[in-house]
Amino acid sequence: MDSIASHSLDFFDGDRSVSSKTVARSVTNRILSGICITLSLLTLVPLASIIILLLQKGLPLLGTAIFTELPPAAGMSGGGFGNAILGTLVMIAIGLAISAPAGILSAIFINEYAPTSRLAQAVRLVAKLLTGIPSIICGVFAFAAVVMTTGTFSAYAGGLALAVLMLPTILLTAEQALMGVQSAYREAALGLGATRFQTIARVVLPDAFPAIMTGVMLAVARAAGETAPLIFTALFSQFWAKSLNEPTASLSVLIYNFSTVPFPHQIGMAWTASLVLVAFVTIANIAAQTIFSRKN
Amino acid sequence: MSAPEKDIISPAGYRPAPDLFRILCQTASLLTVLMLGWIIYEILESAWPSIQKFGFDFMTTSAWVPNRERFGVLPFIIGTVASSLLAILLAFPLGVAIAIFLSENFLSASIRQTMRFVVEMLAAIPSVVYGLWGIFVIIPIVKAFGDWAVGSMGDFPLFSGPAYGNSLLTASVVLAIMILPTITAISRNALASVPKTLREGAYALGSTRWEAIFSVILPTAAPGIVAATILGLGRAMGETMAVAMLIGNSSRLSWSILSPSGTLAGLLANQFGEAQGLQVNSLMYAALILIGITLIVNLLGEAVLRHTQKQTAGIR
Repeated sequence: MDSIASHSLDFFDGDRSVSSKTVARSVTNRILSGICITLSLLTLVPLASIIILLLQKGLPLLGTAIFTELPPAAGMSGGGFGNAILGTLVMIAIGLAISAPAGILSAIFINEYAPTSRLAQAVRLVAKLLTGIPSIICGVFAFAAVVMTTGTFSAYAGGLALAVLMLPTILLTAEQALMGVQSAYREAALGLGATRFQTIARVVLPDAFPAIMTGVMLAVARAAGETAPLIFTALFSQFWAKSLNEPTASLSVLIYNFSTVPFPHQIGMAWTASLVLVAFVTIANIAAQTIFSRKN
Repeated sequence: MSAPEKDIISPAGYRPAPDLFRILCQTASLLTVLMLGWIIYEILESAWPSIQKFGFDFMTTSAWVPNRERFGVLPFIIGTVASSLLAILLAFPLGVAIAIFLSENFLSASIRQTMRFVVEMLAAIPSVVYGLWGIFVIIPIVKAFGDWAVGSMGDFPLFSGPAYGNSLLTASVVLAIMILPTITAISRNALASVPKTLREGAYALGSTRWEAIFSVILPTAAPGIVAATILGLGRAMGETMAVAMLIGNSSRLSWSILSPSGTLAGLLANQFGEAQGLQVNSLMYAALILIGITLIVNLLGEAVLRHTQKQTAGIR
């Protein structure tokens, strides 16, 4: 603290030509503000550039065929990426089917039943560590656990990879959501003779539900955009999937595959797929925030 | 808080039924913890043949020749660290500037709200879309800059030619944009939690806004900003798709930031789909190293962040 004080008092020391010094300080102040504002507004440039390019290059091919037809073969025109959209949705569903129950039930345990237990501390630590793990590691794990065991790339493997990715988000936001429920509610319910389960199911969960859903939507938004966990677990397919146990197309892998080919039509399709993907992710994010703000 | 084991009102011998829901939740928690163990186990097991064959040399040699079964990831470790550090170098000034911008009242609240939204949007754009955008926008810019840099500063090893479009610099520029939201959000929290009284004290002593920022606010928030930077570094190291699409994926070591390079994550993304035999084991080994590096960086960041929160708890 004293370094702060002496620093500031420096300005009153020495010469008495305060006016010129004051002017200099005021000018410096303005210049620094200008630099700070300029640097901040610079962030608008990449975002604007991305959005403009998405619209400019993605809109021309956007039509109903995009959602219903199969991807064109190399060098061919027409087609769409209906199978990739379906694949993305199916794998998110598989991921959710695993991560939502695991995440929410774990959150209930570590917040409602045994907040200070060793298991609860372990769960929190694991969730923290999982958030920091690169998304491609989820893919590596699913490759080792599913693809190498079953011998085929599949929607199951992709779904498992996405589940690992979504679990920490769902768990940690659900814990926050449960923490946000006033303890007076719990005490009132228990005081009226409700069992622990009745308290959680009838009082705590309904109150925390919107905030828990926010976490789920955020996880969905993140999973939808991820390519790395899917690229060598679900791989890609030119066709409609007949089962969950075969290579499955996804929007993000389609963008990756089509972005590096020398055919303008395919590249255009990569842009359209990007537009659809960004729109989906944005809607999921906005949905998450709307649910959350309605609660508060 | 658990229910009383013996109920005095009901007859002796009364036992509450086991709370099945509690058992269910406990099982889910156990599974969550085991998940991390399962992940490490699967990857370790698959990497084992490669670990046994190459041992520590895997990290210090730079040959990646699948058809001769020679594997070493040194160039990719260096590429991972170099691209992330360069990205941090580019993103740090911007991120801190935006964090200051968001926590000061230069412009109206609605403009700040919009800026916040813009930064959040940057976080929502998928990595693969950044890659696609980078191919069409950043590669030409970096190539043009590279040609100029080689011409005027070519003697300097960092800018030695020839300049490529798919280069370390291209990947770092896009990485910088991608980690900007992380750095901004955590730095902004650190700045926002600087007690008002400190700022008011500085103003009362006659300092201008920026004198207050530099002498009081930034020093107080510094640990939080350091944590933000470290966590940003962790994100950059694990980032895969955009880097794989832009960095050129070369295993050649070079001093120049204008030549192609490769990262661990990029290596995994490129080779897993078609890998066989020992190559799979070696990729698993590389994944293990990537986990190790990012885990260390993230734990360090978390530790600094927690330390900060403890430090400022008293004055808040």
